[in-house]
Amino acid sequence: MNEKELWNLLDEVMDPEIPVLSLVDLGVVREAKLANGNPEITITPTYSGCPAMKVMEEDIEAVLQGAGFDEYRIKTVLSPAWTTDWITEKGRKALQEYGIAPPEQATSDKNVLLGHPKEVTCPHCKSRQTKMLSQFGSTPCKALYQCNDCKEPFDYFKCI
Amino acid sequence: MEQKQALFNYLLRLGDNAAILGHRLSEWCGHGPELEEDIAIINTALDLLGHARSLYTYAGEVEGKGRDEDDIAYLRIEREYRNALICELPNGHYGDTIARQFLFDQFNYLLFSELVNSTDETVAAIAAKAIKEIRYHLRRSTEWTLRLGDGTEESHNRVQQSFHDVWMYTGDLFVQDESDKAVIEAGIGPDLTLLYPVWQDKVKEVLKEATLEMPENGWMQSGSKQGRHTEHFGYILSELQYMQRAYPGCEW
Ligand SMILES: [Zn+2]
Repeated sequence: MNEKELWNLLDEVMDPEIPVLSLVDLGVVREAKLANGNPEITITPTYSGCPAMKVMEEDIEAVLQGAGFDEYRIKTVLSPAWTTDWITEKGRKALQEYGIAPPEQATSDKNVLLGHPKEVTCPHCKSRQTKMLSQFGSTPCKALYQCNDCKEPFDYFKCI
Repeated sequence: MEQKQALFNYLLRLGDNAAILGHRLSEWCGHGPELEEDIAIINTALDLLGHARSLYTYAGEVEGKGRDEDDIAYLRIEREYRNALICELPNGHYGDTIARQFLFDQFNYLLFSELVNSTDETVAAIAAKAIKEIRYHLRRSTEWTLRLGDGTEESHNRVQQSFHDVWMYTGDLFVQDESDKAVIEAGIGPDLTLLYPVWQDKVKEVLKEATLEMPENGWMQSGSKQGRHTEHFGYILSELQYMQRAYPGCEW
């Protein structure tokens, strides 16, 4: 196996809380190298207290073992701090289709400049007429929004 | 004072602030005034526990006696905890919790904004991660201060009283001792006397917008840096440490 194949293998490991998003697409896997044929994986937490980190590590171990690796290292680093900018284009699409609004990228939204919540597109009907209900949603990385047009509540993957 | 000991003390204080306030906030789980708020406050608690964990892990490494984050969190006695007194105050009603949180968040935000530039790489890395989360905490507790202060007559009066009640614990946040001096000299942490006027201005600004009166500085409680706690602390410990005391070394 070469490093490209190792990355592809890791791309099969899904986020435990958002099962359509791989850890690679989420930007949690920072490095994947082979040292004398043994994988050395570096991961970083999305949030300091992310309770899913342990599960992520175990899921990576399971995939590595499944591919026949007995020896590997998984290292957790805090720096540089994870940012939503690391979510890949494929990941953003997967989030959208799953019903979670992906983090808005660099924005011309004047709300933000004025300290108001961001304008977020409804993942269900694509309306821009949405409002924030709470800065904290079902997990630390999400905020809770509601669409003014279709009235559906939805999670927004907030920018950090 | 030896540099290593000073850094250990410093990390312990930062870690204890986060762990004890995080534990306090977690007591709201299932009791928040509305569902969204229940979730928000528990998320804040979780962030703080995350900060505590990173800081304790590093404190254990600096100390070099083989203690891990769980040993430090669960196996100390009361006088060995060094959290600021404001962190251990009971939750009270929601206005009390918000007043405590806003004053602490404002302090924590200024502190961690400086720690990002620490000469200690690990401290800087923990801070760079934490500051992103603390920014959200501060935004939320600021919004609630505005909502309650500039809300109904009832909410205004009650949260005003909350700010008066908690005020005498704010001085303790800025007290410095030998460990702080060593840490400041080494460029690891900021001089809190420089942060104090900034903190005061920010608090004043928000309270004004919330139509609340800024409490006057009277007699201030102190003692957290020597491990002297309020009468509330023993109860926290008995709950926090129950499992580890009953089943030493237990793991999930
Ligand atoms: Zn919609």
